[in-house]
Amino acid sequence: MMFEANTLAVIFVSLMGFAILLYAILDGYDLGVGILLPLTQKDDSDTMIASIGPFWDANETWLVLAVGLLLIAFPFAHSYIFKELYLPTAVLLISLILRGIAFDFRAKAAFTHKDTWNKVFKGGSLLAAMSQGYMLGMYVMGFESTPAAYGFSLLSALGVAAAYAYIGACWLIMKTEGSLQIQAVQWAKKTGVICFIGVIAVSAVNPLINPDVYAKWFAWPTTLYLLPLPIMCFALFTYTQIHLRKLPAKNDKGCWQPFVNAVVIFMFCFFGFAFSFFPYIVPGKLTIWESASAPESLSFILWGAIIVVPVIISYTVFSYRVFWGKVRELTYH
Amino acid sequence: MFETLMLSRMQFAANISFHILFPTITIALSWFLFFFKLRFDQTGEQVWMRAYRFWVKIFAITFAIGVVTGITMSFQFGTNWPKFMETVGNIAGPLLGYEVLTAFFLEAGFLGIMLFGMKRVSAKVHTLATLIVAVGTSLSAFWILALNSWMQTPQGHEMRDGVAFPVDWIAIIFNPSFPYRLSHMVVASGLTAAFLIAGVSAYRLLKGDDKRAPKLTLKIALTVAMVLTPLQIFIGDKHGLNTLEHQPQKIAAMEGIWHTEKSVPLLLFAIPDEKEKTNHFEIAVPNMASLILTHSLDGEIKGLNEFEGNHPPVAPVFFAFRIMVGVGMLMLFFSWLGRIYLWRDKPLPTWFLKGLVAMSFSGWIATLAGWYVTEIGRQPWLVTGILTVKDAATDIAPGNVALSLSLYLTLYVVIMAAYLHTLYTMANRAVEIEEITNDGKVDAVINNITKDRDHV
Repeated sequence: MMFEANTLAVIFVSLMGFAILLYAILDGYDLGVGILLPLTQKDDSDTMIASIGPFWDANETWLVLAVGLLLIAFPFAHSYIFKELYLPTAVLLISLILRGIAFDFRAKAAFTHKDTWNKVFKGGSLLAAMSQGYMLGMYVMGFESTPAAYGFSLLSALGVAAAYAYIGACWLIMKTEGSLQIQAVQWAKKTGVICFIGVIAVSAVNPLINPDVYAKWFAWPTTLYLLPLPIMCFALFTYTQIHLRKLPAKNDKGCWQPFVNAVVIFMFCFFGFAFSFFPYIVPGKLTIWESASAPESLSFILWGAIIVVPVIISYTVFSYRVFWGKVRELTYH
Repeated sequence: MFETLMLSRMQFAANISFHILFPTITIALSWFLFFFKLRFDQTGEQVWMRAYRFWVKIFAITFAIGVVTGITMSFQFGTNWPKFMETVGNIAGPLLGYEVLTAFFLEAGFLGIMLFGMKRVSAKVHTLATLIVAVGTSLSAFWILALNSWMQTPQGHEMRDGVAFPVDWIAIIFNPSFPYRLSHMVVASGLTAAFLIAGVSAYRLLKGDDKRAPKLTLKIALTVAMVLTPLQIFIGDKHGLNTLEHQPQKIAAMEGIWHTEKSVPLLLFAIPDEKEKTNHFEIAVPNMASLILTHSLDGEIKGLNEFEGNHPPVAPVFFAFRIMVGVGMLMLFFSWLGRIYLWRDKPLPTWFLKGLVAMSFSGWIATLAGWYVTEIGRQPWLVTGILTVKDAATDIAPGNVALSLSLYLTLYVVIMAAYLHTLYTMANRAVEIEEITNDGKVDAVINNITKDRDHV
């Protein structure tokens, strides 16, 4: 059976969106843990890295899938976007390489070098998050080369780094105990505020500089249907901040709540973002239908995806169940 | 424009050459690990577990470098070679997509359990996770070589307005050079891992490590190498015949044949001269090339004169081919000699162990040389008959490419130094300490922490 070309473009942009969202949540928390890594308390840094050890590799694969889907399904958009973002992309890749190797070298290198690899891990995580934020900012600003665009992208870089640190801190609240958990609660409170301001700033700037986005959000009665989105996002932020004050609670009750809330906030932000730009894949320039690959190619890969993606999700869930609960010392057996 | 083209080529060559080193080890090392784990489950002998523990750490570090250096590739197609995806994206895209979907996730999904989960799952599940990771790495090789082979010998598509459209996916995947290239690469990986294991084990023995594990792994590695080296020579020969049929200009460059002739000699050494279209300082075996390539002493082989302006640069292909074959011969010598020593129950002499240490990364040299033969050998084409490298290039400012290229190169030097240093440190540490101290306490079923899994 063959899908129609236009339907295929929508299916593939949804699949890509799904991969981007999962990447932002999953690699988001492990990049965030990297950003928060303390360079002085060695025990804490070991525990923190142990909490993401079994997962970071698979988490990063979602980025490969997201970029791969863009490349496969919308090759023109892929070359347009990454040519515009050539240098930030190079910085992103280099920082991902650095933190990936630092993760493994810190565990196996001579003990004297461990501090250096910890620094590399922290720096690489921060730089990777910031370059993603910068790229997001440039995307929203339509890849303009104006001071305003650069300024906004830098703010967006900080915003994304804060968001990742936020979800990373929430992850640690769930996965750790004792003094580290108390520390993680403090991190979550602080980064939560920065993150909240960042979300509001991006939400305000986006419609102001993109007339199409403004028209979409502020067209009656669409606005009415959309209203719950920012309201719930706001409510969740506030609720989580209040909840954080009570943590850690007796018997560790509700330690998972901040993380789940952060995931939902990420989802809301993503849907708002996706809604703003659909059906454009390069804002204001290229729609998904103009840039999609041949339907026979997309159909071929789609059938594979329909079979494989549920399998991937199920063994990802399996892996999370195996490493469920509070983190223990990470050893090769 | 030329500058950007040249820099993009250098960057892609640097990225892919550096990246391929690590999968070349892990594709086969994962199967070695599966074998070690399986033997431990069957026999319960600690020595298998020690071998597993030592090599799984090296696997982890090698795998991680392979993963992170591989991410750069999926970005570069768009940034530096935009016309590649615009012209053949309908073919290349799904093949790359299947690699991510079937191989990457499989590897990455089970890697966590393989590396850190031994105490959290049953022994069977853990061995299964090791097997799945091995299958994943091999699947990855399957898809990426399907694409690479299609670029060399394309079929199963049709061109519409300069863009390739798929017609028959089976024909696309199983294109003429694919079976040869895949088996050649998989066996190359087997040899690379085998010589790495042999080299590190030999190093430990030289350092006075008297434990059983390095002796056992050395024996296994030499056995595997003894079987794989002749097999690789056989596959390589078949691969060469296939290339002669589909890309004769590549063979002409590999053999340094400037003019079509009969009774072609096999050049053991020469310095090809692109300007004069001849070779200097030839050392040759008469009629041998004809015999190898046409299985007849006076067989005719097409020379480069038949492909004027449409053939690869001769010298790099010519030399790379000889380096690959030379390393292969050394592998044959070391694996067979070593296995004969062991078979006759003789201790391995010190010079031989030192030789094995020197051969630790011989697989890398042979693999890279082989890839240079096949990839430089398809020039000037990116996709044979469809797209040239020049036409696929980007129009990014050369300064940007130069900057990214220098960043990558610096990074690669650092990673390589750290990688080799870490391997060295790990081998030294293994000499001094016992991998498992509580002998006898660890039984075949390692699942002894089940009691605090109550929250699952």
